[in-house]
Amino acid sequence: MASKHPVISDKEAEHITRAEELAYELRIQEVMTEDVFCLEPEMKMETALDIFQKEHFSGAPVVKDGHLLGILSIEDLIRALRENNMDVAVQEYMTTNLVTVRKLDPVVEALKTFSQTNFGRLPVMDENGTLVGIITKGDISNGLLRALQRDYHAEELIRYRASHLFEDIVSGRTSLILRYDIRKGDFTHGGNASSNIKRALLRLGATPQVARRCGIAVYEAEMNLIIHTTHGGTLRVEIEPHKITMEAYDDGPGIEDVDQAMRPGYSTATNEVREMGFGAGMGLVNIKRCVDEMRLISSLERGTNLYMIIYLNDDDTNPKTIQ
Amino acid sequence: MKLADLVNLLDGTVVTDTSLDDYEVAGAMSADLMSDVLASIRPESVLLTGLCNPQVVRTALIADIRAIVFIRGKNPAQETINIANEENIPLITTNYGLYEASGILYREGLQSYETQTEDDCS
Repeated sequence: MASKHPVISDKEAEHITRAEELAYELRIQEVMTEDVFCLEPEMKMETALDIFQKEHFSGAPVVKDGHLLGILSIEDLIRALRENNMDVAVQEYMTTNLVTVRKLDPVVEALKTFSQTNFGRLPVMDENGTLVGIITKGDISNGLLRALQRDYHAEELIRYRASHLFEDIVSGRTSLILRYDIRKGDFTHGGNASSNIKRALLRLGATPQVARRCGIAVYEAEMNLIIHTTHGGTLRVEIEPHKITMEAYDDGPGIEDVDQAMRPGYSTATNEVREMGFGAGMGLVNIKRCVDEMRLISSLERGTNLYMIIYLNDDDTNPKTIQ
Repeated sequence: MKLADLVNLLDGTVVTDTSLDDYEVAGAMSADLMSDVLASIRPESVLLTGLCNPQVVRTALIADIRAIVFIRGKNPAQETINIANEENIPLITTNYGLYEASGILYREGLQSYETQTEDDCS
């Protein structure tokens, strides 16, 4: 179907940059210079030159009783200097052929006007036709850069909230569950599951601190499964937007005295295990330091369940930080 | 401290394929017990240790350790080196003992990145 107005296809739209989009999103009043210095029409050109030189102006609006009469630019001053006519009033040389923009228009309107005219600055008017500011190409570049930077920070925030995935999926309660089978005595792969868990958390947007705390807790738990169980066990990590629940469970042999097992330095590990740098009786103590909640349930019949929880987002529920 | 300077100070050898250019460590900790390392080391450290098994590299990964120095001329197994290469953690060997290697680095201004913990062993 033929159309007079070309329709932008999705493919072409891909090439529209964020800066171009922003030129449509941002309003002129967000990037313009407010509190503009104004000249009076009766002011001498000589005086205007002094002010321009002192303040490094390259142009200024000329206003009388709140009404915009014209713009005096450096070019106008040069003309007056050439004609050796600096004693006359500003209104003799100012540009009165005014092109203005409205403060609520998108920035792209100002860009269009700049490309259609030779003006270096445009007066910005409010709904009542009162001068509220001046916009230059420099104002626009600065405004776009500021907006892009804001975008960038907002993006960073989102990544850190561990919620990309969870925001996209709507349910009563969304969680992601990772499971790893840990074999008894498999020292060669010891820590492999924990490394993968830590990496997964970082990819999901967890902060390095949270990923590190989870990693340490789950690593100690993983080594415990390798060292102490009869047949190995399972690591299960449930990730929710507000908390991470880690669980290590096995089917035996169980811990005879849980209180004793929790005591720092208490260990039943063999020399072989100690040679691996573990089995010093600090594992459970370390875990407790890293997590917000820990529960150890064990019986000689059913084996051991270790629950570890780290809360996210809310600072008051998250008092522990491991440096 | 630049890792390249650390290698020079310890007359060390880098046994991984990792590039040391612009690689820096902020502090150090020396220990053989991985649970102690997990409990006390701050991120961005170098770990000096006499333990050479793959668990050391895994510990480094979990605890955000930037590099590992094996002391007293100990050479890590190929398996340990392979994991370190994969995870981009430089491994360095030195003939100095743990005390002397730590002392040299401390004297040169590399501070301790081991956090002190409360009295655990009651």
